[in-house]
Amino acid sequence: MTVTEDESGREGADDEDGEDTSRAPGGSYASDGPSGDGASGSGKGAPDDGYVPSQRRLERERHQRTRARRATAIAALSTLVTGAVLYLVVVGAPGWPRTKETFFDGQYAREAFPKVLEGLWLNVRLLLVCGAAVLVLGMLIAVARTLRGPVFFPLRVLAAAYTDFFRGLPLIINLMIVVLGVPALRLQGVTVDPVLLGGTALTLTYSAYVAEVFRAGIESVHPSQRAAARSLGLSNRQALRFVVLPQAVRRQVPPLLNDLVSLQKDTGLVSIGGAIDAVRAADIIAGRSLNYTPYVVAGLVFVALTIPMTRFTDWVTARMDRQRAQGGTT
Amino acid sequence: MHLALPVLRRVVAGATVALLATAVGCAPQPEDKAASTPSGSRANTCVKGGLATRTSGKLTIATDEPAYEPWFKDGKPANGEGFESAVAYAVAEQLGYDKSAVVWQSVPFNKAFAPGAKTFDFDINQVSISDERKKAVDFSSGYYDVRQAVIALKGTKAAAATSVADLRGLKLGAQVGTTSLDYIDDVVKPTVQAAVYAKNDQAKSALKNGQVDAVVTDLPTAFYITSAEVTDAEIVGQFENQGGSPEQFGLVLDKGSALTSCVTGAVDALRENGTLAKIEQQWLSDAVDAPVLK
Repeated sequence: MTVTEDESGREGADDEDGEDTSRAPGGSYASDGPSGDGASGSGKGAPDDGYVPSQRRLERERHQRTRARRATAIAALSTLVTGAVLYLVVVGAPGWPRTKETFFDGQYAREAFPKVLEGLWLNVRLLLVCGAAVLVLGMLIAVARTLRGPVFFPLRVLAAAYTDFFRGLPLIINLMIVVLGVPALRLQGVTVDPVLLGGTALTLTYSAYVAEVFRAGIESVHPSQRAAARSLGLSNRQALRFVVLPQAVRRQVPPLLNDLVSLQKDTGLVSIGGAIDAVRAADIIAGRSLNYTPYVVAGLVFVALTIPMTRFTDWVTARMDRQRAQGGTT
Repeated sequence: MHLALPVLRRVVAGATVALLATAVGCAPQPEDKAASTPSGSRANTCVKGGLATRTSGKLTIATDEPAYEPWFKDGKPANGEGFESAVAYAVAEQLGYDKSAVVWQSVPFNKAFAPGAKTFDFDINQVSISDERKKAVDFSSGYYDVRQAVIALKGTKAAAATSVADLRGLKLGAQVGTTSLDYIDDVVKPTVQAAVYAKNDQAKSALKNGQVDAVVTDLPTAFYITSAEVTDAEIVGQFENQGGSPEQFGLVLDKGSALTSCVTGAVDALRENGTLAKIEQQWLSDAVDAPVLK
């Protein structure tokens, strides 16, 4: 099977290079078409083969259906009872009316929602820009840390120092220093915009986290893979690019998503510099009214943003797993 | 394994039921008695030194940390120095608690109005009284009439402003949850979105760094900032009071607190006998003649 594939691959390559030399195999290629069509045509008649399920099978299927229905009913009832108990515990608490007024006031929710959404736009933009910057920078640092050879020693040390420092430095302090400290230097041509500075601080911290995720991924690829790649004649760089990284990236997706979700929530910390994000927008209304409902609104908006992101990565991971399963059989 | 599974299942189910039962048992904790006493019959309960305080015989007063000048001095509310510290002790004395019976507590601004039992008897933290806020907490009557002021670095365009209209095109900053911010949004209506900071400290550094053109605070704070903290800044001017009644700082009490009427009575008495004016003269005498922005 693999041999024929190889051959047809070579034929295709020849086709592009010199047209007249490989006409004859090309002809046999064309004759494949109609025979394929014929096969799919005969497939259509397949259900018509007069199969009748046995009495016993029907019985079994009926039994399975009733079991499934019963299980669903029990699950539904149990969920209902749990829900009712939780509801009664919360709503029945003596402080509930006041809690409801403070956290779930429809009037403030309506007032807060558009402003929170407006603020969320800042969070989303920061997430997209910083997210991309973090992936690139993190990957560069991770690769720098895993480079071999004595020439790269200073690079390795620098990369290690970077990750150690920025992973250890509390984000809030990093932000304070960058957002409030950098403008104090009064450097010509350096921005004083709190959003740009805040984005820089986020990128510094998160690329340190992500670099470690990447490094762990790279180092989790068995050394034999690299050795095999090298023995096939690939250079160190090629082995990394074509053999190690593709395997590493798959394992990194779930922890990377974690960091991305964290980053999404931490984008709000740029409000330290005065920028108004979703949480600060809620803060403003809460400060005026002394009502916490806007915080609940802001919280739910963030959750609503995270869920599709998680589902998306689940889908990506599942797809990659399928590909791996296919490749894994060889 | 076949035997273990149903057993395990039963154990899990049993544990869940037990957990829920505990939750039901634990959850309802009656809120304090204060909330349930009817509000009318309190006037005669203001016994000197014998109020229904959190800790009997003690008066617990809360403020945020750090506590800023000129409201407090050296960040120590308990030293009796600074305007609000002096007011707090005067109110305590009026209620019949001498200096040794006052306990200070640090409560962040946005926690002071959380529902549930309060840990303080009243909170003094430059909180402006408003009808909207009265839905969440009780206020005493006002102990200080507030005016909002604008500060900017000397020699800048913002410092040259003489009217509210001059401020419109500037990048302004204020602390979140303050009436200063409301003045920016409702009175100035700037063309650039205002910068909103968690603390005045951050607004101050933003002003120093040129990240904002001007900062709005209440007048006494503005005087303190320009005279001690950002000395190359100056007060551009103060706003006229909006609407009929002046903006006032009030003491914050738990919603429905039994002490509200007593504390209000004490503040009123201090205003009538001139004590408040004397304290204001002592600690906030600077805050008088800033030009008014119209």
